[in-house]
Amino acid sequence: MALRCNVLVCGGSACLMSGDAAKVARNFELILKAKGFGDEAQVVTTGCFGFCEQGPIVKIEPDNVFYIKVSPSDVKTIVEEHITKGRIVERLLYEEPGLRRKLGKTEDMPFYKKQVRIALRHCGLINPEDIGEYIALGGYEALGRVLTNMTPQQVSDEIGRSGLRGRGGGGFPTGLKWEITRQSPGEKKYIICNADEGDPGAFMDRSILEGDPQGVIEAMAIAGYAVGAQTGIIYIRAEYPLAIKRLDTAITQARAHGMLGKDIFGSGFDFDIVFHYGAGAFVCGEETALINSCEGKRGEPDYKPPYPAQTGYKGFPTCVNNVETLANIPEIILKGAEWFAGIGSPKSPGTKVFALAGKIRNVGLVEVPMGITLREIIYEIGGGIKGGKKFKAVQTGGPSGGLIGEDGLDTPIDYESLLGAGSMMGSGGMIVMDEDDNAVDITKFYLEFALAESCGRCTPCRIGTKRMHEIAEKILAGEGSMDDLELLEQMAEMIRDSSLCGLGQSAPNPVLSTLRGFRKEYEKLIGKAKA
Amino acid sequence: MKTGPAQTGPFPELGQYLENLGEEQSLIGILHRAQGLYGYLGRDIQLYIARKLNIPAAEVFGVVSFYSHFNTEPPGKFTISVCMGTPCYVRGAEAVLEKCREELNIGTGETTADGLFTLKDVRCVGACGLAPVVLVSDKVYGRVVPEDIRRILDDTVKEVK
Repeated sequence: MALRCNVLVCGGSACLMSGDAAKVARNFELILKAKGFGDEAQVVTTGCFGFCEQGPIVKIEPDNVFYIKVSPSDVKTIVEEHITKGRIVERLLYEEPGLRRKLGKTEDMPFYKKQVRIALRHCGLINPEDIGEYIALGGYEALGRVLTNMTPQQVSDEIGRSGLRGRGGGGFPTGLKWEITRQSPGEKKYIICNADEGDPGAFMDRSILEGDPQGVIEAMAIAGYAVGAQTGIIYIRAEYPLAIKRLDTAITQARAHGMLGKDIFGSGFDFDIVFHYGAGAFVCGEETALINSCEGKRGEPDYKPPYPAQTGYKGFPTCVNNVETLANIPEIILKGAEWFAGIGSPKSPGTKVFALAGKIRNVGLVEVPMGITLREIIYEIGGGIKGGKKFKAVQTGGPSGGLIGEDGLDTPIDYESLLGAGSMMGSGGMIVMDEDDNAVDITKFYLEFALAESCGRCTPCRIGTKRMHEIAEKILAGEGSMDDLELLEQMAEMIRDSSLCGLGQSAPNPVLSTLRGFRKEYEKLIGKAKA
Repeated sequence: MKTGPAQTGPFPELGQYLENLGEEQSLIGILHRAQGLYGYLGRDIQLYIARKLNIPAAEVFGVVSFYSHFNTEPPGKFTISVCMGTPCYVRGAEAVLEKCREELNIGTGETTADGLFTLKDVRCVGACGLAPVVLVSDKVYGRVVPEDIRRILDDTVKEVK
C-alpha cells in the first residue's frame, strides 16, 4: 500500500529531555502497526522543530498539523482520531495566548511566521540518521556541482560574493577566510568545524548537528575542496552525545555512498573527516585555543598573526568555520551568491539562528533574516515576557556580550548594530530578563563565568576578571562606594584593551554595558550602603 | 605517537588501546578513553599514560587540570548536575544549587562521604525550555524548585535499594 502519511516526532535533545519523545515515537510505531496502518503511515524521528517550550512536538504530514506537548498516552488518540478518521485533535494544538484560537498549521503560528530557514532547512523535516532523505531533498548536489563544474577559486569567490560572515560571533567574511587558506602555501591543509558551542543558553549548533548532520558534512567537503584540504576535523563538545552519535552515523553513511573518501564524484578529490573532542573549556571556542586543544594540548590561545589560515593545526594552513556558517554553504552553492546576498541586510546578509530563552514565553530555536529588530523577535516570535511581567533587558553574545535595555529594542539584528548597542552578535544566545532580574547580579554571574573560564595565560584576564568579580560582589553585598564604580569601569576598559584573546577582550562587556544602560541599579545598591 | 611494548600491567584495557592509536589521535582523546574506562584520572593512571607516551607527567597533568570534564577523584555513584546556564540562572538555579548543597551537606564539586552523590554545577545543558534543569546522572528534571530536591534525592536513593 502506498504511504499516505508521515508522523514526524521531534528527536532533538530538548524534546527528548522534556518528556518522553522517544517513547512517543515508539508508541506511534506500535499502535500504527496494531491498527494495520504499518504500511500507510511512517514514523520519522527528526531533528529539532525549534519550539522547545511546547515539546515534545509531533507533526503529521502532508496534513501539516502541529501537535504540542504530546505525551506517550496521547498517541492512541492521535492515531484513532487523526490518522484513522481524519479528525484533528484540538486539545493538542497550540493556542496563541492573544488570539484564543487554536492553530494547527505552522505558517499560522506567530512563532514561525517571521522565520526564514536556511541553516535549519532540514531540521524537523528529515530523519537525520538517513542519508537517503537528505539526498532526496537535493543533498550533495552542491558538492557534485562544485567538484565537477567549479575551480577551488570559483568556490571561494562565490562564497565571498554571497557576503556570508562567520556565525560563531566574530563575523569575519567566510569567503575571505577560505581564500587566505587557499592561497597559503602548505603541503597539507585542514578544515575544522568548530562545534565547541560554549555560551550558556546557546544550543543552535547542537540542534543543527542533531537535525541535519549531512548538511554540515557536505559543507566541510565543499570547504575542503575550496581551500585544498583533504582532512576535515570536527571539534565537538563531549557533552553533546546525541550530536556526536548522529554525526558519526552520518559520516559512515556518507562514506558508504562515496560522498566522503577517495575520488569523490570521480573528480580525483579525496576528503575525509575525523573527530576531536572538547573537554569542557569555554576558551576552546577561540580558534587558536581550539587548534591547540585538537593537538592534545592545554587549550590556551596564541597570538595572532600568524592566523590559523596561514599556520594552524600542526603548523599547516587551517580554516576554522563554525557549524552554522557551514550549514549555510550548500544552499549558497545551489541557489547562488546573489540569492543569499539579497536576504537580510546589506552588510550582514542571510539569516541568523538564535536560541531564545530566559523569561520569555516561547523558549526555542529561531532562524530570522538579519535586519529584523529585537522587538520583533521578543514580542512577535517569542510571544513576549512570561507571566505578564515587565521587560528589563535582553542579553546577546553570552559572556562576551552585553545587556540591551528597553531603549535598544528597535535595534536591527546585524553585526554592527549590535556592537553599537553595547553588545555583540555572538554565537546566538538570546536571553530575556524581566523586572525581577537585577543587572548587577547578572553582571556578577557573567564575571563568575569569565573568571572560571579564563585560561590564565595573560594577566589582564586572569587577575582582572577576579578583581572585577570581587567589586561586583562587594556592591551586591551593599558595601560598595562610588569609587568602586569608577574603579570597575577603569579596570573593565583596561582588560578589554590589553587581553590576549577574544575571551579576555570581551569579558568586560557585561560590565561596560550594564554600567552604561543600568547604572542606576549600581547606584541604588551603593546608596543603600551609605544609608 | 610511539608507545612501549604491549603489557598486561595495571591498566590492561588502556594499555591495549594505546598500542593501537591512529595517526590523528591526541592526548585529550586518550584521556577521554581512560576516564571512560576507569571513571576518573587518578595520579597512577596519569603517570601510566605519561610513561607509555614517553612525555613528562607534568604535561599530562597540565592537560587534565585544564579541562573541567576530567575528574581526578572517583565520582559518586550518582552525579547531581545543576545547570548554571544563564536561562537557568535567571529562573532560579542558584537557589536550587544552594538547596542541593544543604541537603547533601557538601560543596559544589564534592562527593558525599557514603560515595553516593557528587554535586556539580554545569554549563548550559541546552534544555532552556525546562529551566531550571537538574540532571541526576542522565535523568533530567525540569522546572525544578528548591522544594523538589529532597524528593529527587529520595527517589534516587530508593532506586538503588
